[in-house]
Amino acid sequence: MIFYILRRILYAIPIALGVSVVCFSLVYIAPGDPLQTVMPPDATAETIEIVKHAYGFDKPIPIQYVIWLGHLLTGDLGMSIATRRPVILEVTDALANTSLLALFAVPLSFIIGYTMGAVAGCFPGRWLDRLVTGTAVVGVSLPNYWLGIVLVVFFAVEYSLLPATGMGPSGSTNFHIFEWSSARYLVLPVFTLAMIPIGILARTTRAAVAEVRNQDFVQTLRAKGLSEFAVIRHVLKNSLPQVMAVMGLQFGYLLGGSILVETVFTWPGSGFLLSKAIINRDVPVLQGTILTLSLVFVATNLVVDLLQSLVDPRIRRA
Amino acid sequence: MSDIALDKPAETFDEQAAPATQVRSYWQSVFYRLRHDPVTLFFAAIVLLVVLAAIFAPLIAPFDPYKESIIARLKPFGWKDHWLGTDELGRDMLSRLIYGGRVSLLMGVVPVLIASLVGGMLGVVGGFAGGRLNTAIMRTMDVFYAFPSVLLAVAIAGAMGGGIGNGMMALTLVFIPPMCRVAETATTQIRSLDYIEAARATGAGTFKVIRYHVLGNVLGPVFVYASSLVSVSILLASGLSFLGLGVRPPTPDWGLMLSTLRQSIYVVPFVCAAPGAVIFVTSISFNLVSDGLRAAMDVRM
Repeated sequence: MIFYILRRILYAIPIALGVSVVCFSLVYIAPGDPLQTVMPPDATAETIEIVKHAYGFDKPIPIQYVIWLGHLLTGDLGMSIATRRPVILEVTDALANTSLLALFAVPLSFIIGYTMGAVAGCFPGRWLDRLVTGTAVVGVSLPNYWLGIVLVVFFAVEYSLLPATGMGPSGSTNFHIFEWSSARYLVLPVFTLAMIPIGILARTTRAAVAEVRNQDFVQTLRAKGLSEFAVIRHVLKNSLPQVMAVMGLQFGYLLGGSILVETVFTWPGSGFLLSKAIINRDVPVLQGTILTLSLVFVATNLVVDLLQSLVDPRIRRA
Repeated sequence: MSDIALDKPAETFDEQAAPATQVRSYWQSVFYRLRHDPVTLFFAAIVLLVVLAAIFAPLIAPFDPYKESIIARLKPFGWKDHWLGTDELGRDMLSRLIYGGRVSLLMGVVPVLIASLVGGMLGVVGGFAGGRLNTAIMRTMDVFYAFPSVLLAVAIAGAMGGGIGNGMMALTLVFIPPMCRVAETATTQIRSLDYIEAARATGAGTFKVIRYHVLGNVLGPVFVYASSLVSVSILLASGLSFLGLGVRPPTPDWGLMLSTLRQSIYVVPFVCAAPGAVIFVTSISFNLVSDGLRAAMDVRM
């Protein structure tokens, strides 16, 4: 087990490095000079040279990467062009708010999606299965930002049950999860965000359960005289690793996919930060946010893999 | 007493000529299953309708999608021949939705096509060559897997700046790694089978083996997977436009229309919801057609 954990962690390191290379190159695939956004158009060639040297843009690109990576390891992601604050502060603040959404959206989608999929998988071909499969397809085909807009119109404008946008009058500084006056701001974004994972999870679970039910050991369990309830328990347990793998992926999609939902609800999270960075052409923030989110995703996948091997010992030997 | 064959020789022989248990070819059975799947047929018809409407937009659209009118702004459904109302600049919504299908479908299909070609090729080459080359290709793909797909698309499109071309390029890059993985898995499974060995033993070169024996088996999974990506691509593309990273105004595009009409949702809620509904219907139709194809072609992913 220890060896598996070590091997898996070692494997994550080159992936994380690869991610950093891709994020680093984002600055260079941007059209024009990376300095174009900060320099006034009438700057003299001499000034440009000085600034280039100050930022290290006159060195060869591989050297620039190593320097950039060194800064990265000390937590220095550069300065935001728009707010002049260190990117790392902007990103961590925003990430905390996004995590708040994910904290509720992940369990919500897991419970609903898994239950739906398990029920459907146990009654393949019946009306319950069709209902679940149909709902799941709707879930994955809905543009979630549109769902957000529709929910706002319905719950906030027509019936004024829930707030439309934002995190409350004083933003994230005075946000208390356990008080309804704050928590009500979470309801619509969390539900909107959970929609796609619910659909994907229901589909995956249905397929996994249906597949496990066809395996020989289920027949043996029945032959042993186990009750249908006990058989289903075995089936669900065996379908879990596959479902967990997908759930781990979904967590990453919640982090990344929240950009559209956060834009609709003006939720001050990482997605909202990203869309602001795009509008302002604030490349350091764009780069820093994407790097942080992707590294969180890599770490999540690592944890999910380890959890999976805990549930299913067969994976460790593979 | 008399032999039947003597009474009606020709016809009987014709009947007997056909084998008693006619075996359908693979594709025949696929089409047979598709023909008897009303759900898939229904949604395939919707897909066809959307595609035809986009192609023949100038013939179908009742108004000019670019014609603005100050007095006809934000009108509800059915206002003066504007069946789906008008938008914030007084342009006819129905016409814009019909024209909008052009960009949205283009951004849904083209990235998937290119990604299938490039990713599929990389996967087949890697899977067939095996060894170091395969490791190099697949580990590179793993890096791109480490990004959530929406994030990768936004990152690339955001860094390169908006526009249809950059948006499509971003989506293509997002779809290449999963496509490569599907092709690689299928190729690796086939590579070690006996008939490949047999083909080699008869003197077939690598190219010929891939062309005649590998591609046929990889095409099925790649095709089914690609069909499921079209709906994802349409959703992502409209998402990019919604963020201002796709099409630029005034070109009609469903995601962009949704984004610009957002402010007016309190004035004419149904009109503003229409582009989203169109995205949803198109995306779910592509999804269900893809599910039907997967079932009919009996491909397991």
